[in-house]
Amino acid sequence: MIKVILITGRSLDQGTSKSIGKFSKEYMEKLAICELDPEDLKSLGIESGQNVKIKTKYGEVIVKAIESKQAPHKGIAFMPYSMWANLLLGSSTNSSGMPTFKGIEADIEIVKEGKIMDLNELLEEKIGVI
Amino acid sequence: MKTINNVVCSFCGCLCDDIEVNIENNKIVNVKNTCSLGLSKFLNYDKHRILKPRIRKSKEFVNVSLEEAIDECVKILSNASYPIIYGWSNTSNEALRIGMEIAELIGGVIDNTTSVCHGPTIIGVQDIGESTSTLGQVKNRADLIIYWGSNPLHAHPRHLSRYTALSKGRFVKTRKERKIVVVDVRKTATASIADIFIQIKPNSDYELLSALRYAVNNGEIEQNEVAGVPVEKIEELAEMMISCKFGALMFGLGLTMSPGKHRNIEAAIALVTDLNKYTKFVILPMRGHYNVTGANNVTCWTTGYPFAVDFSKGYPYYNPGETTIADIIARGECDAALIVASDPISHLPIESARKLSKIPIVTIDPHETPTTKISKVVIPSSYVGIEYEGTAYRMDGVPLRLKKIVDPPDGIISDEEILKMILSKLRGD
Repeated sequence: MIKVILITGRSLDQGTSKSIGKFSKEYMEKLAICELDPEDLKSLGIESGQNVKIKTKYGEVIVKAIESKQAPHKGIAFMPYSMWANLLLGSSTNSSGMPTFKGIEADIEIVKEGKIMDLNELLEEKIGVI
Repeated sequence: MKTINNVVCSFCGCLCDDIEVNIENNKIVNVKNTCSLGLSKFLNYDKHRILKPRIRKSKEFVNVSLEEAIDECVKILSNASYPIIYGWSNTSNEALRIGMEIAELIGGVIDNTTSVCHGPTIIGVQDIGESTSTLGQVKNRADLIIYWGSNPLHAHPRHLSRYTALSKGRFVKTRKERKIVVVDVRKTATASIADIFIQIKPNSDYELLSALRYAVNNGEIEQNEVAGVPVEKIEELAEMMISCKFGALMFGLGLTMSPGKHRNIEAAIALVTDLNKYTKFVILPMRGHYNVTGANNVTCWTTGYPFAVDFSKGYPYYNPGETTIADIIARGECDAALIVASDPISHLPIESARKLSKIPIVTIDPHETPTTKISKVVIPSSYVGIEYEGTAYRMDGVPLRLKKIVDPPDGIISDEEILKMILSKLRGD
C-alpha cells in the first residue's frame, strides 16, 4: 500500500472518448484509470496495466494503474474527471461553491479480487438506480 | 460534396474559427484544421444519440411525444418548491436566455458549470478586478507566457499554436521570441515544451504566488524553498516577469480546484497587478467547455450575477457557497432539477450525485449520459454548432457565431426551441 495525493483533471483521452460516447468501451478504457509515477508502480510491486484499489476518506474504487507519461510526480496519482474518480471525492465545498477535486489524500493497494465496474454498474451499485 | 469554411468548433473554450468541414448527403465526411478533440466531436456527434423523448414510468423508460415530455417537465417544475436549473456551458447563449426566464418564473436557482470549474476565478475577479486582454493581443504582443495549473496540450490543444508559443504574432513572430513557463504538480505534456518548468508541491499554489509577489516587490525570501521550489528559481521567474514586454498568465483548474480556491485566484491576480507597476501583464482563465464563458455573460446581462443565481426570493440573489449547485445538492435542499447540456451525475462527488438521483430530473441533451439514464424525463436536442446555429463566447470573452452545417435527425429540435416550449407552457400561453 502507498500513500498518495490524488489529483483529478482533464485529459486528451477523456475529451476524445467522451465524444465517442460515455457508455462506449473506449470511454471506460481511457477513464477508469489512475496514472502513477514509475517509482510508485515499483513501490507497489506492479506493472502498468494492473488493477488497484484507491481509497480516500470519502470512498473507494478499483481502476487500472497506468504508468504516467507526464512524470515525474512521485507521490501524486492522477485520475481523469469521471464517475470513477468522483467516488473518491467529498461533497463539501467549505462554503466556497467548489468541491475539492484536487489534492486529496489517498491510499493505493493492489487488488486480488474485484473488477473495474462499468458506468451502468456504478449507477446501480453506487447511485442506486437503473 | 459540399465544403463549409470558417466553421467554429464547439468543443473547448478556444472556439477555433477556421475549421473546414466536408459534407456529403447531410453527413460530415471530413474535417480539417481541428485538434483531436474537435475532430472526435465532428466525426462522432451522430453516434450515441437519443432520438425519442422519454419518461420513466415506474422503473422503465417509455418513449413519448415531445408534447407529452414537455407537459411532464412543466408538471415537475411547477410542483417543486426549490428547483434547480443547471448546465448551459455546452449550448448557445440564446438557449440560456430562455432558461433565465424559466428560472425567474418558477422561482428556482439557475447555475452553470462554472460552479465546478472557474467559479473561484469569477469570485476572485469580483473581489479585486483583473488586468485582461483578448487572445489576439496575447498572440501579437506577448513575449512571456505562463501556464499555471493548466495543460493546454490536453485540454485546449490548439491554444499554443493559435495564440501563444507557436503562433506568429504581428510583433512577436517566432517561438524564439517568446519564453514559455509552466507551473504544475506534474511534468505535463505542455511542460515538456516549456523553456522553464516549475514543479510545485500539491496544494501550495498560494504560497508560491505569495513568494513571487514578495520577490517582484524586491523582498528577500528568507527560506531555501517555497512550495517545493528553490528560492533561486522563484527569483529567476520574478525577474523574467518584470523584464518582459508583455506577459500573460494563463491559469487552469489546478488553481481553482485545489485548496485555497478563490484565494489562489486572488493571489494570482494580485501578482499580475504588482507586475503592472513594471510592465504590461495580463491574466486569463483557460475556460473548458465551449460556451461556459457565454453562460457567465448571459447570466450577468440578465441578473447582474455570473452564476449561481437564486430567484426563490422573487429577485436575483447570489452567494457562492450558498446558492451554488454543489452546496444546494449537498444540503439536500432542491426537490426537482432541469439539466440542460450537462452531465452532473458524472461530474459531482458521489454523495451529491446520489442525492441528485433521488429527485425528479428533466434532462435536455443530444446524447446518452449517466444523467439521462437516471432522469425522470429526457428530451433529446440538436447539437449547437453542428445542427443548429447560435452564439457562444470564446474564453477571452469574444462572442462568435456558430453555424448550422447539417440537418438534425428527424423530429429533433434545439435546446432553445425546447426551452421556449417549456416557458410558454409554464406561462399558460
